[in-house]
Amino acid sequence: MIAGTKGLAGSVFLNEKRLFVTRCPSAELRMRPRTMKRGVPGIGAVGVGLLSFVVLWAQPLFAVQVSDEGQGKRLYESQCGSCHGPLGNGGKGANLAQPKLRRATNDQALFNIIRRGIRGSEMPGSPLTPSQVSSIAAYVKTLGRIEPEDVPGDGIRGETVYARFNCARCHTVSGRGGSVGPDLDDIGARRSAAHLREALIEPEASLPNGFLQLRIVTRDGRTLTGIRLNEDGFSIQFRDLSGRFYSFWKDELDTIEQQWQRSPMVSYEARLTSDQTDDLVAYLVSLKRAQ
Amino acid sequence: MKTLLLILITAAPVAAQVPYERILEAASEPENWLTYSGTYDAQRYSTLDQINRDNVDQLQPAWIYQTGSLQKFEVSPLVVDGVMYISEPPSDAAALDLRTGRPIWTYRRSLPQGIVTCCGQVNRGVALLDDQVFLGTVDAHLVALDARTGRVRWDVEVADYTMGYSVTVAPLALKDKIIVGIAGGEYGIRGFLDAYDPRTGERLWRFWTVPGPGEAGHDTWSGDSWLRGGAPTWVTGAYDPDLDLLYWGTGNPGPDFIGEVRLGDNLYSESVIALDPDDGELKWHFQFIPHDIHDYDATQVPVLLDAEFRGEPRKLVVWPNRNGFYYVIDRVTGEFLVGKEFAKQTWALGLDENGRPIEDPATIPNKRGALVYPDDDGAANWYSPTYSPQTNLIYQNVREKGGIYYLADATYEPGKIYMGASRRVVPGEDPKGFLRALHPLTGDLVWEIAVHSPPWAGLMSTAGGLVFSGTMEGDFFAADARTGDVLWRFQTGGRVYANPITYMSEGKQFIAIAAGNALLTFALPGLSPLGWRSPANWDRIEEGMSEEQVVAILGPPTKREEQFLSYLQLSYEGQVEGSGFVSGNITLERNQVAGWMVEPPVFDH
Repeated sequence: MIAGTKGLAGSVFLNEKRLFVTRCPSAELRMRPRTMKRGVPGIGAVGVGLLSFVVLWAQPLFAVQVSDEGQGKRLYESQCGSCHGPLGNGGKGANLAQPKLRRATNDQALFNIIRRGIRGSEMPGSPLTPSQVSSIAAYVKTLGRIEPEDVPGDGIRGETVYARFNCARCHTVSGRGGSVGPDLDDIGARRSAAHLREALIEPEASLPNGFLQLRIVTRDGRTLTGIRLNEDGFSIQFRDLSGRFYSFWKDELDTIEQQWQRSPMVSYEARLTSDQTDDLVAYLVSLKRAQ
Repeated sequence: MKTLLLILITAAPVAAQVPYERILEAASEPENWLTYSGTYDAQRYSTLDQINRDNVDQLQPAWIYQTGSLQKFEVSPLVVDGVMYISEPPSDAAALDLRTGRPIWTYRRSLPQGIVTCCGQVNRGVALLDDQVFLGTVDAHLVALDARTGRVRWDVEVADYTMGYSVTVAPLALKDKIIVGIAGGEYGIRGFLDAYDPRTGERLWRFWTVPGPGEAGHDTWSGDSWLRGGAPTWVTGAYDPDLDLLYWGTGNPGPDFIGEVRLGDNLYSESVIALDPDDGELKWHFQFIPHDIHDYDATQVPVLLDAEFRGEPRKLVVWPNRNGFYYVIDRVTGEFLVGKEFAKQTWALGLDENGRPIEDPATIPNKRGALVYPDDDGAANWYSPTYSPQTNLIYQNVREKGGIYYLADATYEPGKIYMGASRRVVPGEDPKGFLRALHPLTGDLVWEIAVHSPPWAGLMSTAGGLVFSGTMEGDFFAADARTGDVLWRFQTGGRVYANPITYMSEGKQFIAIAAGNALLTFALPGLSPLGWRSPANWDRIEEGMSEEQVVAILGPPTKREEQFLSYLQLSYEGQVEGSGFVSGNITLERNQVAGWMVEPPVFDH
């Protein structure tokens, strides 16, 4: 980390360049698995504290030059690419490599979304300057020229695969189904086909932000396994694998074992034929309800 | 241990199961708050008395939930089986754990640009029915959420928000329907009241509060003025299951302040309407102000009570109206019985024997400016009154503030303000606010508490002999319901724009109120939420209670065993500080407590 940036709410001037200190709200959760699983060198040094910082160099404040496509690309890759993919074809974030974006229906809407984020979604706002946002927006629009992602498989057949393997035991579509796994209502708009395929094969490599499995032992001897809903210094709320809700004061508990990187979902690599996987992915990609 | 786990896993997931029958009998489970006004008669009275005149001075905050919104926080929370359900402005919702105040889920709605609401992007609460939560939105949709997870079951358009329609009202769950009103009386909408199928979101009926061609009352609108006639329905109504009638108030005709463009009585604006909830058919109506030109929406909560009136028992609906008059109406027939001023008003010289106002023409908005009391915020407004059967008094927060109205143009454009006047404050006036206790059959003043500014807080009364209220300066307070003596107060740090509720959690009575941008709860000290570890909580166990009621008092059992036939045993055991090892068992037969025992003896008295 660059010394001297801590405690600065906004930015500092350094050699006529402007240093931007950007808080990345999901950096902690996103980095942790990568650190552990793939051992990306250097990430550990960034720190896994409450705030992780992404530091980037940009143009001086007063050089409002939107025409620099290189800047848009650089900013996109550093600020957006970790969720939306380096080519914009999605991942954790929506697939942007399409001619029409679902929410960003015009330039102003695109600008606003990059600036302010999307309430109720995983998309955060950003403290970039208007000219930087404009340059990212201009670059995002060029992503639509990329060939659409190839999704083999048949979504209709995929729906029967979804039913046959009882995915609704844990997941919801249109509010129907279990409560342990993530809602899949508009998963096709939020995740790329490649990401969904990966999630089926290796669920624990693509857990949603904040997803945490817990094993809890109460002071009166009960052992419970579930998914955390909420936690503070004195209490914890979670849902067991049958969907039952629990709220405990921590002094009622003997053990709280955080099982990061664990998922109650099993790998479907060996359970599905490759056709079934294709069909199921095609079905999930088709789930794009607007609201 | 294995057996225990199996039991836990096979147990039905705890979902809020709130069938209609439970809401109908809400008075029998005061530990919960199942519908907007507590019960369908909308008295907003609770039989809970753990917090009472003798101990209310010890009331203290239990937990506080902060919303992220800067809009007015007008919610009336609902509580069932350990969970509180709230809406948050503009159109969000959350389920909060009663034990800790921590969110179980939140619903964050992504709203389109260009929403118009006259008076803030607000929401007054959700409705519960079976395992779903129902939320109206400022972009005029109705959304059904899974009560366990907050995930969307369905989302339907009620009306076109670009035309000025919005939903701010808490829906009313009634039988197998969700009743939803509409807001937008300042935008030239045509008002209605709707019923939706809770399973599918399909609209089952719509009652137009401005009748169209061929419908009764259509001739009370000149020309095509009915198309922009207003008469919104933005405050939750009441229901009488014996008469099977749904009562709802309607708002101002549009444009608010110009009468010439809509000659006639302008039915059914400024009225109470009584509808058949099965098909939305109008059974009767009473119009408080025919042809209103002061924007005195009759969008108050109808309070239903039965009383001996002039020597005979009658079913009544009583109504402290925004226009400054207190009304008593026969709720079987709609017959006007009493109309009496309960606040400063100058717009009417009086009411005739049918309750029709005799208006003072000097108060009609004009080019030079017309002074009138109350102003268009009214003597009352959307915030709830309460009736206490214990004191036989009706309580109302009262605003006394005038306005000077200058006639302005009103050209209708979709989604644009369509009102027809501008308002100035009265120079040098110091507006006043009161909490007033009125005789329910006459409207006579029994006592009052002067508060600093005209309030926007609703009220609740309890069997503890208390009435709870809030102020614009952030005070939340409890008064002796008989005398009006203030017995307890708390500075919340935020304006109170909401109705209080009360409920039980783990054996303790709580009071909840929204203030500023936070939801606050209060309880008595000492009885910390110990659940089964508290001897006092064992005292509350009674024969006939359900498993849910027991768990609400004692907390989740250590062990739950379904036994032969329809017996169920709940066991609680463990170390309790000061008492050693405590062990208790409760036996339920057909989900009714049949007996219990608990040791050591200190726990069994």
